[in-house]
Amino acid sequence: MLNHMGYVSLALYAASFLVYARLLYAPKIWLGRLATLLLAGGIVAHYFALLERSMGTHTVPYDDLYGSMSLFAWLLGLTYLGLELFHRQRSVGAFVTLLLFAWMAILGWLAPHEMPSLPPARGPLFAFHVTLNTWAYAAFALSFVLSIVYLVQDRVLRSHRPGAAFWRFPALDVLDRMSRSSVFVGLAALAFGVASGLVWEHRLTGMYAWGDPKVIVTLLIVGVYIAYLFLSRTSGWRGARAARICTLNFAIVLFSYTLVNLYLTRFHRFF
Amino acid sequence: MAIASNTKTPAASRATGGIRVALIGCSHRTAPVELRERVAFTAEQALDAAGELRRRGILEEAVVLSTCNRSELYGVPAATDSAVTEEMEEFLTSFHGISRTELDGRLYRWEGTDAVRHLYRVAAGLDSMLLGEAEILGQLRTAYGQALDHGSTGPVLNRAFQGALEVGKRVRAETEVGARPMSVALAGTKLAERVFGNLKGHAALIVGAGAVAEQVVEHLRSRGIGNLRVVNRSHDHATELAQRMGGEAVRWELLEKVLAAPDIIVTSVSSTGPVLTREMLDRSIAARGGRPVFVVDLGVPRNVAPESAGLYNLYLYNIDDLGEIVEQNKRAREAEIPRVEAIIIEHIAKFEAWRAALQAGSIVEDLRGRFRKHREVLLRERLAEMKDLSPEERQRLSSITEELIERVLDEPAERLRNAREMRGRLGAIEALRHLFGIDRDSGKGGKGGGGE
Repeated sequence: MLNHMGYVSLALYAASFLVYARLLYAPKIWLGRLATLLLAGGIVAHYFALLERSMGTHTVPYDDLYGSMSLFAWLLGLTYLGLELFHRQRSVGAFVTLLLFAWMAILGWLAPHEMPSLPPARGPLFAFHVTLNTWAYAAFALSFVLSIVYLVQDRVLRSHRPGAAFWRFPALDVLDRMSRSSVFVGLAALAFGVASGLVWEHRLTGMYAWGDPKVIVTLLIVGVYIAYLFLSRTSGWRGARAARICTLNFAIVLFSYTLVNLYLTRFHRFF
Repeated sequence: MAIASNTKTPAASRATGGIRVALIGCSHRTAPVELRERVAFTAEQALDAAGELRRRGILEEAVVLSTCNRSELYGVPAATDSAVTEEMEEFLTSFHGISRTELDGRLYRWEGTDAVRHLYRVAAGLDSMLLGEAEILGQLRTAYGQALDHGSTGPVLNRAFQGALEVGKRVRAETEVGARPMSVALAGTKLAERVFGNLKGHAALIVGAGAVAEQVVEHLRSRGIGNLRVVNRSHDHATELAQRMGGEAVRWELLEKVLAAPDIIVTSVSSTGPVLTREMLDRSIAARGGRPVFVVDLGVPRNVAPESAGLYNLYLYNIDDLGEIVEQNKRAREAEIPRVEAIIIEHIAKFEAWRAALQAGSIVEDLRGRFRKHREVLLRERLAEMKDLSPEERQRLSSITEELIERVLDEPAERLRNAREMRGRLGAIEALRHLFGIDRDSGKGGKGGGGE
């Protein structure tokens, strides 16, 4: 069950999705601004929902599945909003806000009634580490969504049979640029996240766990996304092939976020 | 455009209760272009005609809509004479110096609800040559705006035309009737936008130049395309085309050299085989770092080797592909017609409700006037027989009879105001008119709206 602000954010995400979807059919400036405003409102409400939970656990809500997923959704929304303002492009808003709404609705269904037990105190550096890494995963998830839309759009263009929705989809160039920006954000967050994690661990144990599967997979993620950024501007790779690489990269992110966290690592088993 | 007030009661309704819109016109559906151009109005002529129709007492309000596909006179008759469209037709023929026989079977005449429905269908693009096209809405807005500024409209046409503009706006916002490209040239341009997004600053190359290629260039130019080059076998022709299109002419021999630069290539060359081979395009894509290229092949036989479609990051559309898309879009637009009709019906109901409310007000006024006239005659006759009444008593009697009229009228006025069903309200108004002989009294018989 969501808290009050959680429900407010859910409603605002739903409203922003409806306005973004409407915007695809009626591209009006005021509609676009309204959609952005509703999304921003949803993100602010979501922040307060997370804050309420944080005050209960005295830390960033990452120690339980619900808190972690909610933080992920909030960072996804925030990253998208930043990209939208940076690229001045709202045509993918409908896809992202639909994902946000669905994610939050599932969370509302999954959310436990009671607050989680107090996690052990690990300090602000650890909180930065987890938050930044979650942010990186959210940004990679966003680039995944954008790449999927790119591949669909590319396929429709090549099939020569554009359907009704085709004319409303964002252009390939827009999807490509936004996906790259999203990966940039993800890589920056991941770099700082990994660095803060290493420092925190060194302070605690006096050593670095380079051999931990989570660390290895994270470094692999950094590698494959750098490769994506490079290839997406290389002849013979830019375009649909780069988009395919981006979607495959996200499979590694999912692997890291789920199987590695739950079964393989010693240090990153949170819930 | 100023927002017109609709609060004034039209003189027509004050006189007889008949508020109706009348229309005569001809369009691409009824008349060939030879006739349409003879009955067309310039902007000045449209205003002159509207003014003249009012001066001659044929119409109380008038708007003339004249486009390349239609010439229509809209008006509110100064009287409820059912022959108003005859008078409008007479005026049209005399204005343009055309004999009536030439217009036989070419003109349509609508009155009342049918006239409003026609206006709304025009605004929605349902009556256009190209279903759902948006240009007509701008033309309608201009014609109405000029008539409004000129003072030839009144509350009825203001209401009808503002309703039409609203219909046009809603139809384009809420339905797909005007959404998809309906010409090969526009379809090509829109597809390029699906690849590059904003075309501002992108480069295009036109190889050869047919009429459709020129249309594509016009669409590209209107979207702010940056660099435009024209290649043609005849360099003189290329130069002429480049000047006309605002681009740069390139010699035919340099075709392959300039292939790497453009993001969009439009070919329209008369040739027996492909002008652009797969190898040429492959090399050009490599030379541009693998950036996507959108190619529109308008040539028959095809100018671009069909196997080029398999090249990575090359999007190739030939004339048949674009033609098929246009056909698909046409079918999709046609499928939207019922939704458009529903919007039109909704707005006709709003207009009729407004008309009924106006008429409800006017019938009470008519009855009050009639009762007062009877009261004055009756009082004059009876008071002449009652010579012993003092002036105060006479005044008292006058006040009582005045109050009686107000009391008698209060209930029907209230009932008319509260009638939920617009149709019922109109029926009640007509019944009252008939019952009290108001139409007969005005000496101008006939019902209010021709469409009813």
